[in-house]
Amino acid sequence: MCLAVPARIVELQENTATISVDGILRDVDVSLIEEPRLGDYVLIHAGFAIHRWEQTEVEELRAIRSAMNLWEAIP
Amino acid sequence: MKTLVTNIEQQARQAGRDLRFMEVCGTHTMAAFRSGLMQLLPDSVRLVSGPGCPVCVTDPSYLDAAIELARRPGVMVATFGDLVRVPGTDSSLERERAGGASVRIVYSASDALVLARECPSKHIVFLGIGFETTAPTVAWAIWRAARDGVRNFSVLSAHKTMPAAMDQLARDPGMRIDGFICPGHVSVITGAQIYRSLCERYAIPCVVSGFEAWDILKSIGMLLGQIVQGRAEVENEYSRSVSEYGNRTALELMNEVFEPRDDEWRGLGRIPGSGLGIREKYARFDAVKALEVKFVEAHINPLCRCGSVLRGISTPLDCHLFGHPCSPSHPVGPCMVSSEGACAAYYKYERVA
Repeated sequence: MCLAVPARIVELQENTATISVDGILRDVDVSLIEEPRLGDYVLIHAGFAIHRWEQTEVEELRAIRSAMNLWEAIP
Repeated sequence: MKTLVTNIEQQARQAGRDLRFMEVCGTHTMAAFRSGLMQLLPDSVRLVSGPGCPVCVTDPSYLDAAIELARRPGVMVATFGDLVRVPGTDSSLERERAGGASVRIVYSASDALVLARECPSKHIVFLGIGFETTAPTVAWAIWRAARDGVRNFSVLSAHKTMPAAMDQLARDPGMRIDGFICPGHVSVITGAQIYRSLCERYAIPCVVSGFEAWDILKSIGMLLGQIVQGRAEVENEYSRSVSEYGNRTALELMNEVFEPRDDEWRGLGRIPGSGLGIREKYARFDAVKALEVKFVEAHINPLCRCGSVLRGISTPLDCHLFGHPCSPSHPVGPCMVSSEGACAAYYKYERVA
């Protein structure tokens, strides 16, 4: 229920963003985060972006997944 | 990974006693099982599942009220998918839907608001369950409905907040919890500071954790580090998502629409200030008031141990119903229904044939 997944904003129109999760596109609401921008990585929960990641934070997740030998890419 | 495990082993030896850490959040429970990290822990370190599965802690009388609403002509119940299969006293939303009741599964509260626009002849009731992670998204839907003058939308709120429940568990001497792995996505909204008073009051180590197996192992190491060094602090392992004070926009919206109230938790009973009721200003979007919903005491299978599983005092394997007749395809209790429920996790990953 409190599952949230990282995703990348690939389109942005007012408060609606199209995000890509593992290549699957869907629309989410970005009203709960400040100044969303195209290309941002955001954390998605129940149809809303609840946090915007800085590039360093994306790199941290990459490093963790690489340490775990996971090949699944961050979208 | 290996370094993390070695570090845990060393510190567990230094601690020199059996330790029980509660992973409060159901998503952590599932992540821990899925990754198999339990097998990497020394025997003296045990993870105990906590009450952080919203479907599991929802009082059965709430489900009965939702089922009664679904039976009303002119009402459409919109809900997250987890809830439809949880049995109430004599039915479930899934069974009602099969019998012709109007029950829709939605992905978000805003989807329920879209339904209200698309179905003007129906009153859409959204079943608002979830912790601080979810409550702001529902607050947004109510706020938006008020702004746009939507008249056929309301929320049956059973939203709950985490710290009061953790407080109750921490002060229960029967619990013997040596540290909390704090819920990461609740903390994205609330900030890590939300656990500070709990941590200080009970001198209990708290670590906010991310959801990769790596994060959880690191958090366990951090909890052990605190115990070995005689510290009890709030530490933030999940700093890539969690700040000290959380998501201000989400918190303001949640506070605008909801107010704290006492609430019933399955397994934990009534906890003061642990629920979120809809403020008077938004009363017409409160299904309890708009549709005069009455809550009646529910009757559930007395053998179901979800209650004590949620308090961490039983494991699902202690329950006589586990596996037969209670299974994910025929759940008796909510902990077997929700993908985050401890019974579902045990059934999927730990079941002994």
